[in-house]
Amino acid sequence: MRTALVLLLSITATAAGGSGNQSALNSQGAPAIHVEHLIIGITVVCAVVWLLVMIVLGWALLRKRSSDSGPPRDRPLTTIVSSAVAATVVIIAALTIASFYTTRSIGLPGNTALTITVRGQQWWWQVIYADANPAFSFQTANEIHIPVGQDVQIQLESADVVHSFWVPSLAGKQDLVPGRSNSLLLRAERPGTYRGQCAEFCGLQHTHMAMMVIADEPADYQRWIAAQRENSVMPTYADAAAGKAAFLSKPCAACHTVRGTSAAGTTGPDLTHIGSRQTIAAGLLETTRGSLAAWIADPQTLKPGNNMPMVPLTSVELRDISAYMESLK
Amino acid sequence: MFRGINKAKWPFLATFVLLVVAGAFLGWARQPRELRTDPPIAADLDHLRLMPNGISGAPPESYFAEGKLYESDAYNLSQGQRLYDWFGCPSCHRDGRGNVGPSFLDGWWLYGPEMVSIVASIRDGRPHGMPAFRDRMTIEEIWQLAGYVQTIGAYSAKVGATGRKDDRQTRPAENRAPARILFDEGPVGVHPDQGPSP
Repeated sequence: MRTALVLLLSITATAAGGSGNQSALNSQGAPAIHVEHLIIGITVVCAVVWLLVMIVLGWALLRKRSSDSGPPRDRPLTTIVSSAVAATVVIIAALTIASFYTTRSIGLPGNTALTITVRGQQWWWQVIYADANPAFSFQTANEIHIPVGQDVQIQLESADVVHSFWVPSLAGKQDLVPGRSNSLLLRAERPGTYRGQCAEFCGLQHTHMAMMVIADEPADYQRWIAAQRENSVMPTYADAAAGKAAFLSKPCAACHTVRGTSAAGTTGPDLTHIGSRQTIAAGLLETTRGSLAAWIADPQTLKPGNNMPMVPLTSVELRDISAYMESLK
Repeated sequence: MFRGINKAKWPFLATFVLLVVAGAFLGWARQPRELRTDPPIAADLDHLRLMPNGISGAPPESYFAEGKLYESDAYNLSQGQRLYDWFGCPSCHRDGRGNVGPSFLDGWWLYGPEMVSIVASIRDGRPHGMPAFRDRMTIEEIWQLAGYVQTIGAYSAKVGATGRKDDRQTRPAENRAPARILFDEGPVGVHPDQGPSP
């Protein structure tokens, strides 16, 4: 039985999104813990029922008939049948009630201190930290920082098609529907980096639409917020400075924003602090100068179908622009 | 095996088989998506030769060799539709019927309906306020956008249709040749004002 349980749980774990920092069975936040308890509860109850049914079936197949019982006749089985029906009703009712209670406990509380807007785009996540003071509002992409031990409301919107926001270690799934706004409660009990991804097929690059949720200690979180509110840093080295000039004169600036420069495009990800993010292109590559250069040189080979065009650049311009991107910490 | 099919059923069966064959043919003949244009071909798109007055001219040879993708292919037209919003065309041209900028749908083309003219208008700008998008879009995007603009202003609908739009409907859809429906002889004469030096 233990082997069967482990096997069942490991199948569920595969279905629930891998292992480590992206797994519904490695829950690190209150909503995910409720969901994990429900998953384990239902799996255990169903496994026990299945095992009992198999035992009864085996016994019925293997038992010996007594030879002198005469011709076969209908026997009333009222007690056994009615108790099995009663057990079924009780178990299904209990699972339904447990599911209702879980749904209620992962719902949003009345007021949360922090609301983050996440807009799904083909194929990246636009993350907006809005503030009453517009000077304190900022945007980032594919990386959500939240303070540990605090309820965070994620406001989910979509710019094009239906996406689904899923960070298995912290919460359940919620769809991002164009023209609507959905909400999800996110909460991390322990600091760490939790991977999430789009869980609703949204086009060619659906598989390359990941995001990182980084749970920081409150002090680290405040430091991060303060750093993100700053405008982009001035390039200190000559190549990065040349890269900035090239970036602003090429089509890059028509789609991307770098706060503190004239680049104010809104259709691509905000690049003000791209050098400080762990990955580029929605979890496709680690942020290094090399991967930035590879991405800028030929985005359609790395992520075919995405909306970034291949901008013709000389090798020197490419080197300078990737140096500039890397310097935007 | 065929005994059960009486005479009355044959036309239905034949229609069904014909539809399946036609569907298979359309699937086979479907244009594949060209997600990554070879850089030399993309660069060649810049080499269009305009007439001295900036109206009409010859597209680059590679454009014909590739099968005039940007004005006929559904994928490129859909990309053009997206770029039309992304690069703020509606702020002057609205849904194509014009506002500050001229309409694409009234049946009049100030610089002619050829792709080269539209590409040149977007790339280099035109008098009376049309800005140049040379430094904001790649040349391939400009061709895609030009294909879309030509589609909404075409008198006969193209075979390739753009993607679906979920916005509020304000005019007949692109694949219904809105310019034919909305044709407006209007107060504009046969020779509309092309500006002091078009």
